[in-house]
Amino acid sequence: MRLNVNDEDVEVDVDPDTPLLWVLRDHLNLTGTKYGCGIGACGACTVLMNGHPIRSCSTTAEASKGYNIQTIEGLSENASHPVQQAWIEGDVPQCGYCQSGMIMTAVALLNEKANPTDEEINDAMTNICRCGTYSRIRAAIRKVAQERAAS
Amino acid sequence: MSDFTRRDFLKVTSTAAGGLMVGFPLMSLGVSKPFEANKTTGPEINAWLVIEPDETVLIRVAKAEMGQGVMTSLPMFIADELEADWRKIKVEYADVNRSALRGQLYGSMTTRESSSVSDSRMVMHMAGAEARERLIKAAAETWGVSPDECYADYGRVYQNGSAESLGYGAVAKLASEVSVANVRIKSPEYYSMLGLATPRLDVPAKVDGSAVYGIDVRVPDMVYATVLHNPVLGAGLQSMRFNAIRHMPGVIRALRLGDAVAVVAETFWQARKAADALPVYWKSNEGNKRFDDTIKREFFEEFSGDGEVMMREGNIVRLMDDAERTIESDYYVPYVAQVPLEPLNCTVHVQEERADVWVGHQDPEAVMDVVAQMTGLSPYKVFVHNCFIGGSFGRRSHLDFVIEATRIAMEIGRPVQMIWTREEDMRSGGYRPMSAMRFKAGFDVEKNMTVITNHSVTHSIAYDQDRNASGIDEASVQGLIDHPYDFPAYSFSHTRKNTHLKSWWWRSGGHSINAFAMECFVDELAAAAEQDPMDYRKFLLRDKPDYLRVLDLLERKSQYRKRRASNRTAVGMAMHKSYGTLVGVVTEVTVLADGGMQVDKITAVVDCGNVANPLTAEEQVEGGLLYGLSAALYGKLTVEAGRILEDNLDTYEVLRMDETPEVEIHWELSGGEHWGGLGEPATAVIAPAVCNALHKITGRRIRSLPVRDYYLTIR
Ligand code: FES
Ligand code: FES
Repeated sequence: MRLNVNDEDVEVDVDPDTPLLWVLRDHLNLTGTKYGCGIGACGACTVLMNGHPIRSCSTTAEASKGYNIQTIEGLSENASHPVQQAWIEGDVPQCGYCQSGMIMTAVALLNEKANPTDEEINDAMTNICRCGTYSRIRAAIRKVAQERAAS
Repeated sequence: MSDFTRRDFLKVTSTAAGGLMVGFPLMSLGVSKPFEANKTTGPEINAWLVIEPDETVLIRVAKAEMGQGVMTSLPMFIADELEADWRKIKVEYADVNRSALRGQLYGSMTTRESSSVSDSRMVMHMAGAEARERLIKAAAETWGVSPDECYADYGRVYQNGSAESLGYGAVAKLASEVSVANVRIKSPEYYSMLGLATPRLDVPAKVDGSAVYGIDVRVPDMVYATVLHNPVLGAGLQSMRFNAIRHMPGVIRALRLGDAVAVVAETFWQARKAADALPVYWKSNEGNKRFDDTIKREFFEEFSGDGEVMMREGNIVRLMDDAERTIESDYYVPYVAQVPLEPLNCTVHVQEERADVWVGHQDPEAVMDVVAQMTGLSPYKVFVHNCFIGGSFGRRSHLDFVIEATRIAMEIGRPVQMIWTREEDMRSGGYRPMSAMRFKAGFDVEKNMTVITNHSVTHSIAYDQDRNASGIDEASVQGLIDHPYDFPAYSFSHTRKNTHLKSWWWRSGGHSINAFAMECFVDELAAAAEQDPMDYRKFLLRDKPDYLRVLDLLERKSQYRKRRASNRTAVGMAMHKSYGTLVGVVTEVTVLADGGMQVDKITAVVDCGNVANPLTAEEQVEGGLLYGLSAALYGKLTVEAGRILEDNLDTYEVLRMDETPEVEIHWELSGGEHWGGLGEPATAVIAPAVCNALHKITGRRIRSLPVRDYYLTIR
């Protein structure tokens, strides 16, 4: 089966019903995308499909065909994406396990809404962080929005 | 404080100082370590640090990084003493085997009870200071002057009154060979790093997906396994029919692990699918098929007995009889799960001559020992590669999942990565203990409290581990027996009460249970004494200036006395000391018109004595508060016919961003030689503060958790 991941066409030999999450992690060795619940409840597995955030644990390989899939590894070289930079400056991650999913969700949010309100941030950021980094995440998202507005 | 002396330090490091290098076995397998695999080329100055010719200082950390920031805060102690250039610091885990081989060269490598800094700081100071003196001596020898005429600053050694200087990298080789005596650590006024907010060193790897957690380990020829346990814990396995799944793609084996079944396949998804399809016949254990109402009732029935008295002062019976008025309240907390976001997993490869274990674990030494025991290999042949930990909150100090992975690996003979699905992770035990508690207090005509009694009934972690354990489990009563209040007469007693479920450590342990009941009841005492809860605590703590300072600041910062805008909003407070750290909290809570509630704001004041890294300290307190809040609002495992109903994050709710209140943290540091823990103390204190605030609004006491049982919605 042919998939497009991080701007590359890749051939994978998997059952069509295999969740994209496991194709990424176990077949393509892109382990930045995480398994947290497997049922679409936590967001640790979030990747972008044509720019939209999806939960890769609940999306099959078959359903991913023909789309551009972007993972945390494909977001930038050297963590240079503004969202990653804001995460570094805000010292956001603790254990870090949720953060790939958080960052991908935030990237999609900020692409769609240049300056999201608190409400819009809440609606988009439904991912779980057990370490309690939520307010630092919120602050980092605001910072990206502000910097974009200023430039 | 640690009683580790300088002499001990020199003894344990001197063997390493002669340039002895122990290779990292991991690298030979071509697997990356959590921190990039550091192929050291420079000399080891002592066991804790290597200095490369390019001036990079590689520091070793002997505690596990699970989000609490030890990979930054511990190196800060070394770097400060070393007068290092922080930008040149790199970090890696200390080697568990080397530590074992050299008589615990790195001290205890267990990460627990918020003690990483207090346990290791003197050793860290010494490691940095000893290396600094070596570097100075080496530079002095190079120049042919006395070390007394030289000093170190920002990664270089200078000669007094001269522009002459040498980088650490240039003298490192010689420094590793010289000997130094009378090493002295800095006095606090000369600290250059400690106390400065320092960004975490592990952050860059955690924003680009490159950080390697246990679940990300990839070993050549590795297969995957997943495990099924009897959903009624402890009931055991009857049989399974492997033939039904053997034809499924990728399936390699299914094997019995005592009470559990493991399915092994080429990929995790194949293993999981096959496990779902595997016909398994569990034994049934009628005795274990219980419901939590029944279990709860049995806990409460223990109140008819006296329990084992732990501490008593005064003639309790007479004082109760003489009381003008008595109040009595029962408190209760259910089992709750830790739910670290990374499901439990462990990768093991057992070979003839050695075993390798890749795992994120709080106790890598125990991992080494148990795998040695199981395989019959010498512990020195068991190589534990600790990984980044995707949350633990106590769960990853248990060996259950390590033991299962090792058994599978021994059977399969190939490297195996065992991953528990989230469902197994939640169903298979290791919960914060269930507990019930009865408080009673007597008051005289003037409304002075004259006597208080407490009887706690708690599931014992120690007894789960060892059925021969006797006496009172300290973890069950921590926070009760060491409470700070000046009660005129009191009795505290305890009953151990275990069920078929397995309990384990949970961020802040018994403190989170006991602080809830204690701090809610202190509010009840205040009400009976017709006093404000803040004033009443200050009265009970009148001889404890450290507590009063925290309460005074808390009162000011939280605007405790300010009238809130609506009578649907109120503040509640609680305070608790654990792991050497006092945390006082005021929460502002609103009860909504639709029957829901929301926490608007948390103000916390913390006294942990000293803080190494104010940035990670603040993160830990905030994270700890929110972790406790999540459990206070939602945490509950329902036992139905012996099974746990909540088996994933759809049914086991946790705090999300939209419910996260504003959090404000203030420090009231008492300084001195005291370095209290920070990972856990804040977790223990939040539930009672929320319940006390709700009472102010509604007049109804909340005496059991979670709060969700009382409110339809939480925002
Ligand atoms: S793993 Fe996909 S949402 Fe949790
Ligand atoms: S940083 Fe640990 S789960 Fe979010």
